[in-house]
Amino acid sequence: MAILNVLALVCLVYVAFLFAVAFGADRAARHGRGKWLRSPYVYTLSLSIYCTAWTFYGAVGFAARSGLEYVTIYLGPTLVMIGWWWTLRKMVRVGRSQRITSIADLISSRYGKSNLLAVFVTILAVIGVTPYIALQLQSVTLSFAAFSETEQAGAALPDMQSTALWVAMGLTLFTILFGTRNLDANERHHGVVMAIAVEAVVKLCALLAVGIFVVWGLSGGVSETLARIDASEIARFEVPGSRWIGLTMLSAAAFLCLPRMFQVMVVENEDEDHLRTAAWAFPAYLMLMSLFVVPIAAVGLDIMPIGANPDLFVLTLPLMAGQDGLAILSFLGGFSSATSMVIVAAIALSTMVSNHMVMPIWLHFTGGSAMISGDVRQVALLARRLSIAGVVFLGYLYFRVTGGGAALAAIGLISFAGVAQFLPALMGGLFWRGATRTGALAGLGVGFVLWQYCLFLPSFGPSMIMPQTVLDHGLFGLSWLRPQALFGAQDMDPLVHAIMWSMLLNTGAFVLGSLLSFPQPIERLQGAQFVNVFDHSSTTGGWSGGMAQSEDLLIMSQRIMGATEAQALFATAARRQGLAGYLPEPSPDFLQELERELSGSVGAATAHAMISQIVGGAAVSVEDLMAVADETAQIMEYSSQLEAQSQELARTARQLRQANEKLTQISVQKDGFLSQISHELRTPMTSIRAFSEILRDTSDLTAEEKSKYSSIIHDEAVRLTRLLDDLLDLSVLENGQVVLNTQTGLLSDLLDRAERAAGVQVGTLKVERDRAAEAFELTTDLDRLAQVFINLIANARKYCDGDPPVLSIRTHEVEGRLVIDFTDNGSGIPSEKQAVIFEKFSRIGETKAGGAGLGLAICREIMTRLDGSVSYLPGQKGAAFRVSLPLPRRMAAQ
Amino acid sequence: MGKKVLLIEDEPNIIEAVSFILSRDGWEVKTHSNGHDAMEVVRLRAPDLIILDAMLPGKSGFDILTEIRGDAALGNTPVLMLTARGQSKDREMAERAGVSQYMTKPFSNADVLAAVRALVTP
Repeated sequence: MAILNVLALVCLVYVAFLFAVAFGADRAARHGRGKWLRSPYVYTLSLSIYCTAWTFYGAVGFAARSGLEYVTIYLGPTLVMIGWWWTLRKMVRVGRSQRITSIADLISSRYGKSNLLAVFVTILAVIGVTPYIALQLQSVTLSFAAFSETEQAGAALPDMQSTALWVAMGLTLFTILFGTRNLDANERHHGVVMAIAVEAVVKLCALLAVGIFVVWGLSGGVSETLARIDASEIARFEVPGSRWIGLTMLSAAAFLCLPRMFQVMVVENEDEDHLRTAAWAFPAYLMLMSLFVVPIAAVGLDIMPIGANPDLFVLTLPLMAGQDGLAILSFLGGFSSATSMVIVAAIALSTMVSNHMVMPIWLHFTGGSAMISGDVRQVALLARRLSIAGVVFLGYLYFRVTGGGAALAAIGLISFAGVAQFLPALMGGLFWRGATRTGALAGLGVGFVLWQYCLFLPSFGPSMIMPQTVLDHGLFGLSWLRPQALFGAQDMDPLVHAIMWSMLLNTGAFVLGSLLSFPQPIERLQGAQFVNVFDHSSTTGGWSGGMAQSEDLLIMSQRIMGATEAQALFATAARRQGLAGYLPEPSPDFLQELERELSGSVGAATAHAMISQIVGGAAVSVEDLMAVADETAQIMEYSSQLEAQSQELARTARQLRQANEKLTQISVQKDGFLSQISHELRTPMTSIRAFSEILRDTSDLTAEEKSKYSSIIHDEAVRLTRLLDDLLDLSVLENGQVVLNTQTGLLSDLLDRAERAAGVQVGTLKVERDRAAEAFELTTDLDRLAQVFINLIANARKYCDGDPPVLSIRTHEVEGRLVIDFTDNGSGIPSEKQAVIFEKFSRIGETKAGGAGLGLAICREIMTRLDGSVSYLPGQKGAAFRVSLPLPRRMAAQ
Repeated sequence: MGKKVLLIEDEPNIIEAVSFILSRDGWEVKTHSNGHDAMEVVRLRAPDLIILDAMLPGKSGFDILTEIRGDAALGNTPVLMLTARGQSKDREMAERAGVSQYMTKPFSNADVLAAVRALVTP
């Protein structure tokens, strides 16, 4: 019993040493000292919890039973570290930016913060990892037993179960002490990490020492050892390709998905760049760990008696050789592997259990009243501690129930296959924005059921849980439902078979579920944040517990309500609280008011969720809320764009309507115009025809009558011609086909010419002009301008009823333009007619003294072509027309 | 003694031509040249036939025709309408208003004479 006592003492001393290390590291970290704590090598060593007691003891056993197959367990993580480091980096970045606490948190957070999903992942993880914890307890007790066996060969182990219990209790205590010092899971456990780093060194040294002893001490050198390997069964084992690939993939998947790996790799990560070092250092570590596995196995098989447990060769070889010191070191290596795994796994699982199961239930039953009283923190800590105890106890229970019968490696692989079911949801969540909660639930559900049915339940052995008939003939007697030959896939390795079907159908269900379901807004948002994590997150650490809530509230409110309104609201609240100039306290009153205000923008439920997230300090980061707020702002912007677009459409519709009205009007005008032309042409033709028939048919006309009627025919023919000329002229002007004949001439000369052409000399009209004011040299189409003047003067000559009729032509400058006013002393144009005189066929008065009523219309068209205008000047004594032109050069008075 | 024809027309040359034709055929022709007081003239003259222009200053020929047809004493007076507006809707409008005969300008003198003779029953 002496050696057992020594062993117990060594254990106690070793644990005390670990306590000291953890305590020292925690202290150093709290006081901001100990940069070495943040070394990438510590990070790399902490990753070595991948190598549990299973690896420490089991790899040799594995090699002894199935040859080189054990290499796959190291190959998977190595491939991930070297080939998939960018995936790890993404996981770490997401974990940090989203303040992820566990793999359950990561998956639930990605899929719309679904607690259902978190609970599911947690349960799956607990079920998957519990056997693994049992395995660690078993390895410790087995190693104790190995010592006692050498003491009293073949003796029963009366204290084996109590050993496991003591170990479990010790580990629980350690984990609680160093794992739940702080509530914030994101606060790193420096003590624990440091302790496991030390343990990593211990187990590596122990294994290397045993290896060196076996090769050079027991075997007698490298060549002898190689000879033993060649002679042993190991060389003859052939690993089937499918199993080789399956196991490599499985260990790679487990490396990513194991809760404890996630804990050290993501949650405890200090710096993304540490991955750079770990990418080569961790594979190197694994290589060293596996270096002596085959030699130890070969030598063990050769030297140890047949039937000796190859899982314990690492321990029993030195013991057999009487190297108690080395054996104790080896024992410490195994002990380290076991304890570090249990500690980290317990921390990881307890975080998941307390965050996603215990706390929600507790909050549900206390109705949230505790949120105000502030004892949430204590409750959470208690929940975490109880969860740790629960998880370790569960492992112990499993160990007791199964009695530690199955081979270590088998349990490990079953565990691996269980957690590997997270992989599709995890990877899909990181790389595929289309992945949805429904898909994740479907994939996890299918994977979990298949894993249970094909691997986990049968692992208890025939007839333990699963009846032999089910194993042989399938569920309900359906042969295609046989757990180890699903869908007719016969003669496969049970493990590969289970991995293949569970992963295949898991991925299929995940993809199909994602494609068939529509993600909720928060899922889309989270999906974008996860998949594009490198686009919008910095590597700078994060958000610590004590930041000012009011500031967060203000920032968030500004994003939702707009800066001015939010600031005004906060300022008012601050004044009410007597804190003018500062941010208001987040008092219940203020929060209620703020929530009401925010509800207006984002709806009541969201507003409530946002405020409670900030104030309640839940596991959702402020960044998430900002993202939601930004999205809201974008939606609001989008809707204002839509509004603008609909206004634009309304405007276009109005314009179209106006254009249509105008076209209709033009069409009506055209009809009226044709009718008018018809009338204007038919009238003179009527006279011409009537009188020409009279001349033709009447033989007894007097000479006087003949002459008179001939004159009428002539005059009407002239009228007709002039009408046609005017129509053509107007048509050309209106169609813009007119070619301007630009010349230079004096305004006074032009007016002289117009006076003559209008026949002023032969009539009674007197024209008054100020020739000095007319000294402008015009450069324009003088003939066309003269046409306008002639029309205006002729109109006065025809219509002015002054006595005697006088037309005054005045030239002057108005607002930078040359203006020529034609004002007569007649009765003018009635105001109701003034608006239409420039229209075609409009005639003033009832007489037909003039033409067809096209003169002023032509004048208007001409002036438009000459960049000028002609308008009626109301308010003068008689009729008054104003011709306006661009101001030309003024000439010296002549 | 010839029958009385009232010519309501605003174009002097057409008045002269129509008057000449009818007078030589033995009709007593009275003329009037605007629409304002056309009805008074019609009542005053009580003609056997009215020749009416469609477009008159003051009141259109269609309106005058409608008034004539609405008047108990004058309602049966034949009305020959002469118009320079050649559109079919004008003819329809005239027929609805109760025109006796409708002719478009320019017309043949012989046709006018024939129409007048046909409309006035001796």
